[in-house]
Amino acid sequence: MRALIVDDSRVMRRIVGKLLEEVGYDVVEAGDGAEAVAVLEGSAELPVLACVDWNMPVMDGLTFVGEVRRRPEWRSVTLMMVTTESEQEQIVRALAAGAHEYLIKPFTGEALLEKLDLLGLLPARTGSGA
Amino acid sequence: MSISTTSFTFVRELVRAESAIVLEPGKEYLVEARLVPLARRGGHAGVDAYVADLAARRNPADLKLVVEALTTNETSWFRDGDPFTALRESVFPALARNRPSRTIRVWAAACSSGQEPYSILMTAQDTPELAGWKIDMLATDLSQEMLDRARAGQYSQLEVNRGLPATTLVRHFRRDGLNWKIDPALAAQVQFRQLNLVRPFPPMGRFDVVFLRNVLIYFDLATKRDILHRVRQVMAPDGHLFLGAAEMTMGVDDAWERVPAGRSSVYRIREEQRTCVP
Repeated sequence: MRALIVDDSRVMRRIVGKLLEEVGYDVVEAGDGAEAVAVLEGSAELPVLACVDWNMPVMDGLTFVGEVRRRPEWRSVTLMMVTTESEQEQIVRALAAGAHEYLIKPFTGEALLEKLDLLGLLPARTGSGA
Repeated sequence: MSISTTSFTFVRELVRAESAIVLEPGKEYLVEARLVPLARRGGHAGVDAYVADLAARRNPADLKLVVEALTTNETSWFRDGDPFTALRESVFPALARNRPSRTIRVWAAACSSGQEPYSILMTAQDTPELAGWKIDMLATDLSQEMLDRARAGQYSQLEVNRGLPATTLVRHFRRDGLNWKIDPALAAQVQFRQLNLVRPFPPMGRFDVVFLRNVLIYFDLATKRDILHRVRQVMAPDGHLFLGAAEMTMGVDDAWERVPAGRSSVYRIREEQRTCVP
């Protein structure tokens, strides 16, 4: 399963990416919404999940969510905002725009995985090594 | 790096032997998340190296630390998911057919900081059959400090990130400074009371649903049996008891029978025992 991480912070992309890789995801990254649109347009295999920051240059996360929801061919992508924006009105706006879940930074690894569980996107896993 | 099958199996067997808690496949992330701090503290490269060292040395103090790390009370919303789905899809609709009073009495018997009783109330609101019904909710705990927290209904950002769907958060909570406060109308539906499960229960009436999850594991067999016997006495004859995933009545108090409810199961008083309840 593939996941797209859209965040202008390389550190945050690495943190979220590592957590997702640990549960078996292939991770692709984008530094802003416009770059993420380009990634989706160029994808042979669409990600099942996109973790989307709100505040980014060029195209912000909310606009990206709206863009994904506008394109029927991307309907299968589950969108989760992962952001420091924590006001109630903003969460409502993101859900109204088409985000399926919302995780507020800072968060623990367990909280991220519980959100995946809620979305039915947490694969059971064990590593192969000893 | 994910935890290896060997490490997961070792920890799973250790925790099961020491606490009777069963870590199902899929809980690898939980094991890893809880053991990473211990691995780091011990200077190990990762969880697998730490577990390999534990398995080689079998130092009782270290093994105890692992068991404690895995059995510490979690305080997630809708903890374990399936029991709440069972409530919404089968238990509440069944009760709705048999309660002309349009009132359901629920007891959350170890409510900790309140996530469980509030999750039950939110589930009731999401049950179409209960539209316009009253949920009479009693939430008890041994700890007065926990009860005060539960009654205040105020949760940190980290706490509301734990298992609470975003739609539920915006529907039932309001921002309060850096925290989130539960809808006062929801909080007003809960009566909080201090109660020690090992002592005789005060007069409480009969309950249609009892949540007694992840608490029996802390007691010896005789105490478990005594508690389950007394829970029967405060249970409506057609009531439903929820236990933790690692807990069961079999061999403890056989007046209960386990009944499947969706992907979860509930415990009911056996038909032939119902008339015996004082």
